[in-house]
Amino acid sequence: METLLNITIYLPLLALVAFMFVKNDNAIRWIALIVTSLTFAVSLPLIFNFDSANSHIAQYVTESGPLLFGLDVNYIVGLDGLSLLLFMLTTFLGPIVVLSAWTSVKKHVGAFFAMLMLLQTGSLGVFASLDLILFYIFFELTLIPMYFLIGIWGGADRIAATIKFFIYTLVGSLIMLVALVYVGFDAGNAVNDGVFITDWRVLSGPEYQIGLVEQTWLFLAFSLAFFIKVPLFPFHTWLPYAHTEAPTAGSVVLAAVMLKMGTYGLIRFCLPMFPNAMVEFAPYVALLAVIGIIYGALVAMVQKDVKKLVAYSSVSHLGFVVLGLFALNTIGVQGAIIQMINHGLSTGALFLIVGMIYDRRHTRQISDFGGLAGVIPVFAVFFMIATFSSIGLPGLNGFVGEFLILMGAFTSETLDNIWFAIFGTTGVILAAVYMLWMFQRVMFGPIKHEENKNIKDLNAREIGLLVPVMIFIVWIGIRPTHFTQFSEHQVNVLLEEAAQKKNEILMSTNPAELPSWANKLYKVEINLAELKGDNNE
Amino acid sequence: MEILNDLLNYLPAAIVAVGGLVVMMMDGYKAKSRLIYQTTMFFLAGALVIATYDLLYQEVGTLFSDMAASGSTAAFGTFIVVFGTFFTVILTHDYLIGVKHNYPQVYPLLMFCTVGMIVLATANDLVTVFIGLETMSISLYALAGIIRDKQLGVESALKYFILGAFSTGFFLYGIALLYGATGSTNLSEIGAYTDGSMIYWGGVSMLLVAFFFKISAVPFHMWTPDVYTGSPTTITAYMSTASKTAAIVALVLILERALPYAADQITSTMAIIAIMTMVLGNTVAMVQDNVKRMLAYSSIAHVGYLLVGLAAGTDLGFTAVLYYLLAYSLMNIGAFGVVAYYEKNHDVHFNNIESYAGLGYKQPLMGILLSVFLLSLAGIPPLAGFIGKYLVFAAAVEAGLINLVIIGVLASAASAYFYLRVMVYLYFKESKEPVKLMKPLRVYSFSLVVLAVLTLYFGILPAGITELIASYFSGNGLAIVP
Repeated sequence: METLLNITIYLPLLALVAFMFVKNDNAIRWIALIVTSLTFAVSLPLIFNFDSANSHIAQYVTESGPLLFGLDVNYIVGLDGLSLLLFMLTTFLGPIVVLSAWTSVKKHVGAFFAMLMLLQTGSLGVFASLDLILFYIFFELTLIPMYFLIGIWGGADRIAATIKFFIYTLVGSLIMLVALVYVGFDAGNAVNDGVFITDWRVLSGPEYQIGLVEQTWLFLAFSLAFFIKVPLFPFHTWLPYAHTEAPTAGSVVLAAVMLKMGTYGLIRFCLPMFPNAMVEFAPYVALLAVIGIIYGALVAMVQKDVKKLVAYSSVSHLGFVVLGLFALNTIGVQGAIIQMINHGLSTGALFLIVGMIYDRRHTRQISDFGGLAGVIPVFAVFFMIATFSSIGLPGLNGFVGEFLILMGAFTSETLDNIWFAIFGTTGVILAAVYMLWMFQRVMFGPIKHEENKNIKDLNAREIGLLVPVMIFIVWIGIRPTHFTQFSEHQVNVLLEEAAQKKNEILMSTNPAELPSWANKLYKVEINLAELKGDNNE
Repeated sequence: MEILNDLLNYLPAAIVAVGGLVVMMMDGYKAKSRLIYQTTMFFLAGALVIATYDLLYQEVGTLFSDMAASGSTAAFGTFIVVFGTFFTVILTHDYLIGVKHNYPQVYPLLMFCTVGMIVLATANDLVTVFIGLETMSISLYALAGIIRDKQLGVESALKYFILGAFSTGFFLYGIALLYGATGSTNLSEIGAYTDGSMIYWGGVSMLLVAFFFKISAVPFHMWTPDVYTGSPTTITAYMSTASKTAAIVALVLILERALPYAADQITSTMAIIAIMTMVLGNTVAMVQDNVKRMLAYSSIAHVGYLLVGLAAGTDLGFTAVLYYLLAYSLMNIGAFGVVAYYEKNHDVHFNNIESYAGLGYKQPLMGILLSVFLLSLAGIPPLAGFIGKYLVFAAAVEAGLINLVIIGVLASAASAYFYLRVMVYLYFKESKEPVKLMKPLRVYSFSLVVLAVLTLYFGILPAGITELIASYFSGNGLAIVP
């Protein structure tokens, strides 16, 4: 099984080699499709054999010797409850993305699919790596193909968009790299006989504890990188831009997979390593998340371009995920994890659908459409399901995630304020407003433009690539436990351990030694008194 | 017999020196330029094989009555220098024919320059350092102006010469003062001195100024952009990699062996110069429209990263610096090689970034190669440039220089802008005028591919080479008793 995991990660690179020798565009498309389908097929045993009762222990682990001499940087990959679903989502979307680009990409076909394959390997590596440096390497690796995807095959304003995307992400991740190296040395001194170590399993464990002052800085450095990637308001400005200019396939991968690296990083690294900072900063982050939810929704409402509207709706939806994560209770975090998948499916589907209509009409302006439902009924059905899923209609996947997240936010002890949930809920209502309004303007009403009368309905390829996505949208909506079971145990363990670690770190700090800002931020004296009171009882 | 043994351990330098003399004679007897080139390559290939052998197996020791060292860093420096020269000569031959200035004098000059670099990188005595530095520099002055009828080239040669001579003065003065303070020019004997007198510090600072000039650290960098832009492109590649490698290896040796006492106390000086070098190099590179000049400023910035490792001053720092030199040589020779290829298809003014529009699709291999080298220079994983930066910054974090590292990574993020800008023109823009590109010679593209593959290899599997380098600093590796 370990081999299978590695094969899944690197199989797409095989296509890269093949592209060097194949010059025929059609052959290239078929190779890409076959390789991504194979990748998905190979990854299936990973989920069927997954032991969800022990999901907190990484499974299928491959571990190598040190990659860099003197620094204990290892090649460690494996899957656990946090990463399994995202990993599977990535392999699942592979063939769908290839199919979506089948006819719409006409220039430099080989290079296009080569970039997609590289992106696939990079994304799979991000979710599978259990070493922080390895995670960083894959994290950065995904930037290059996306940079070219937007830059070469993107829209009119692609160059500015892709540079903005690249530099934004790079600044965040480089600062994270500094923090990461610091953690490596610090952990080495604390738990590994002075040898640099970045093995996640050690760093997240209860032995390695970081003092409050360092935790603050490290948390800020790590979370900055992830907030930019998510993107959390106010770091979101690159996203609508990149999304609008990216080709359909790029948008789908960006929305479904790459944005998740941010939220995934927050829960995998920040929570177990910096529990105190996580708790103390939670209300502030939740505030930004709620602002993002409402702001994203309001801006989406006034968009004239369908793709931009979907892009801003991403800002809003990712706000929910962050809100759920920082509720820091089982139900909220579970909701966030399932919402990551949901957003990947529903927003991915929306981008696919927008791409299909763009291929036909070469415009995405809402005002250019109207009354399409009568002309292209099959398209209308798929578009409607994706729209409802994005709104969070009960019975479809979006509802499950948002409901759990809002429940979590209501009951969260960390946030301790129901207004987060109340304002967050308005995001659901606003989503209905902007999505349904857009849907109505595009699909219903009289046909205003002559060109719209002769649009062809979806062909077999397009139906074929949307149907699997729709199946999962409904499946998650009806039986969410089939999916949440994988992470449930791990989330419980993670939260428990984090709470325990947090108290241990607090107990071992001496308030007199801390600078006054840290005392104020962590309310050390009050918390310590409380903790000691609990222990005496 | 000892002299014979010493010579055997000094074989790469000896081969290159003899080769230089031979090709000089051949030029005197009006041999064909192609034959001279082949002879040069023959000698260099021999030297490369032996340098590789020495890198792996040579024992640590001193040669020629403690004047030079063998093994460890010396073997490493020799290897990079010979390796860099080997590829430079391949690229230079083709380039000079392409720009129609095929002067055979370039080969003996390159060979003598390489001898100087090897002497510099293997030195164990300040006098040897001086000899190496001068042999290298004088050849470089001539090489910079090798295209005699190009005004920019001659100007750059003269500028380089005048400023270089000035820095040599500093260097000699520094040696004199250090001799006055410590009574020796041997590195280890100077290292035993721990009494910080005024004369000692004067000597140290003079020495450092000279080295900062040679490696073009800010504020001693003024000559670099002009000289790098004016020189023939492949010679620029050579200057920015091999000569820098030799000078920095020597600097590492001097800091590690001769000035351990001073090295502990000049951390903040090093850090400030590193910050200035990184910030200036990267910011000025951002506004350059000439690709060659952009690479010149970028090479200044890379010296800044190297200085971060030196500022850390730990074993990990020195290991990082040596690894970085290897990675930097690979990617920088490669990048200049592709630039030279584009240039030789047209004329020497074909370096403006505008003229690169759409070139990536003309000869796809060359476009991909340039992208790989530039991404590596930008420090994007999984290329060698990333591991280099990572090691350097990791060493500085370990030494507690967090602020320095944060400035460094931000400068590095800024650098992504101008490296990516080249790719924007290569791939994202359409060319306005039809540009014709000749198919590159097979040996030319093959050597660039080798460099790219090595860049990738050392980026993905750096374990072996880092282990090798780290062993130089693990204590017993450097125990050279005078």
